[in-house]
Amino acid sequence: MKILVCISHVPDTTSKINFTDDDTKFDSQGVQFVINPNDEFGLTRAMWFKEKQGASIDVINVGNSSSEPTLRKALAIGADKAIRIDSEPMDGFFVAKQIAEYVKTSSYDLIIAGRESIDYNGAMVPGLVAGFLKINYVTNCTKLEIDNGKAEIDREIDGGKETLSCDLPLIIGGQKGLVEESDLRIPNMRGIMQARQKPLEVLEAFDFTSNTNTVKFYKPEPKQAVKLVSADNLDELINLLHNEAKVL
Amino acid sequence: MSVLTYIESSNGKIKKNGLELASYSYELAKSLNTDVIALTINTEDVNELSNYGISKIVKVNNNLLNKFNAISFADVISKVSNHTNSNHIVLSSSVDSKYLAPLLAAEINAAYVNNVIGLPSNLAPFTIKRTAFTNKAFSDSTVNSEKIIIGLSNNSFGLTENSVESVIEELNLEIQKPNLTVKSSEKVSGQISIADADIVVSAGRGLKGPENWNLIEDLASTLGAATACSKPVSDMGWRPHSEHVGQTGKPVATNLYIAIGISGAIQHLAGINSSKIKVVINNDPEAPFFKAADYGVIGDAFDVVPRLNEKLKQFKAQNS
Repeated sequence: MKILVCISHVPDTTSKINFTDDDTKFDSQGVQFVINPNDEFGLTRAMWFKEKQGASIDVINVGNSSSEPTLRKALAIGADKAIRIDSEPMDGFFVAKQIAEYVKTSSYDLIIAGRESIDYNGAMVPGLVAGFLKINYVTNCTKLEIDNGKAEIDREIDGGKETLSCDLPLIIGGQKGLVEESDLRIPNMRGIMQARQKPLEVLEAFDFTSNTNTVKFYKPEPKQAVKLVSADNLDELINLLHNEAKVL
Repeated sequence: MSVLTYIESSNGKIKKNGLELASYSYELAKSLNTDVIALTINTEDVNELSNYGISKIVKVNNNLLNKFNAISFADVISKVSNHTNSNHIVLSSSVDSKYLAPLLAAEINAAYVNNVIGLPSNLAPFTIKRTAFTNKAFSDSTVNSEKIIIGLSNNSFGLTENSVESVIEELNLEIQKPNLTVKSSEKVSGQISIADADIVVSAGRGLKGPENWNLIEDLASTLGAATACSKPVSDMGWRPHSEHVGQTGKPVATNLYIAIGISGAIQHLAGINSSKIKVVINNDPEAPFFKAADYGVIGDAFDVVPRLNEKLKQFKAQNS
């Protein structure tokens, strides 16, 4: 089985978010970048297929050279080959077009992406790729089993879950549940050494434009200080929620 | 050139977010100087929509659409948008609508912008405000595509009543069959889902163990609220993953979010930040949640929560 894992290079979940260039660009100064958590669950599940069922894993990122350490980390975790499409990731549409064009040149049985990236939260890359390539698509995946070219998938729905089955090729939007948090792997020294020898191909971007542009960022207004209510005066809390906040 | 909005239903009834979508789409159509059309799929009673400015409703009813599947539903919306000649399509932020939206965008060659929290601030270029960085920031996006799919954030616009006369058109369509089979679906019955709830009661490690969750469930039941939990709680298996809210869990955009025994890690706060009012109950006055909350009680959950529950019961009895 040939697996492609789409890797988004995002600020670590604990990062403070700031902007620069007159609030038109994300300020990456001093920010630690990581594999998008939703993608990392997917990469770990891909490793399970590789080790238990036999599979090769390619990872792909659309980004400039700053995302290479993130791709190297994916190789250190156990992916076999990395592909970087050399361009600023302009928007989800642009990224999906790049990935879809690449996939046309190299066929995969399974493509794993995250349900969304934690930076721009577009939640569209796997769905667009599926739409462009006319392949099966399931997102919010919390479980994935593959047997004999058939996939069985759990999808989280509002208030519950749904179990689906379909044929490969398939693209999924993965999330927590695909593997447990405790199954996530920290690359060991051997993996890191091996990753240096593994191929990281840099490809020129395909000729597409984005269809959205972020022209301005804002940070939320500073919050008013919390109103503390004494634990001995819970009537006051109910009163505030009812009369002031009007949510009761 | 009408604005088309797809109004979801559950068991044949319009979902709560549908009225917010209707309110938003009506205002959007007004600013674009056009009319608004709602699409419903297998929905019996659509009359409520005419209270929120919807003057035309396209009803598609077909047994093949009894269960949601993204392929067929995206195809129906695509066909209806052709039929109504719509360049602007408004969708909710439910998991189903977020699932079908990119498929629809690829099909009709539209730009998809989600997490939208307001009407366009400018029409040329079309500029719209969204959340970014999982609610840690906002952005203005311009869209350079003739067709635009807007994913409206839940609870970001509210309801505006606008009584109009509405025309109903029943449309028969050929339904595209999906290549996926839905084998089963499980919904926790009798409970409100986090996505649909006005109030969410959430708890963390401060509860000390899963055996104490009756405190949380009792309070939620008094308030008609959904229950949720922090990441460590779901990682330890005290509560199901489906209750985990935060950056890697479910997003919450509710009217009232009550956090009990949750310290308020930045990843947790990101996921719940869109909630209107946040209340924290924690015995540690240094817990970061106090910086993010509107109201706070410093106290032990095991003491505060049962007393709060009793007082809320009295309050509900007096105010119902």
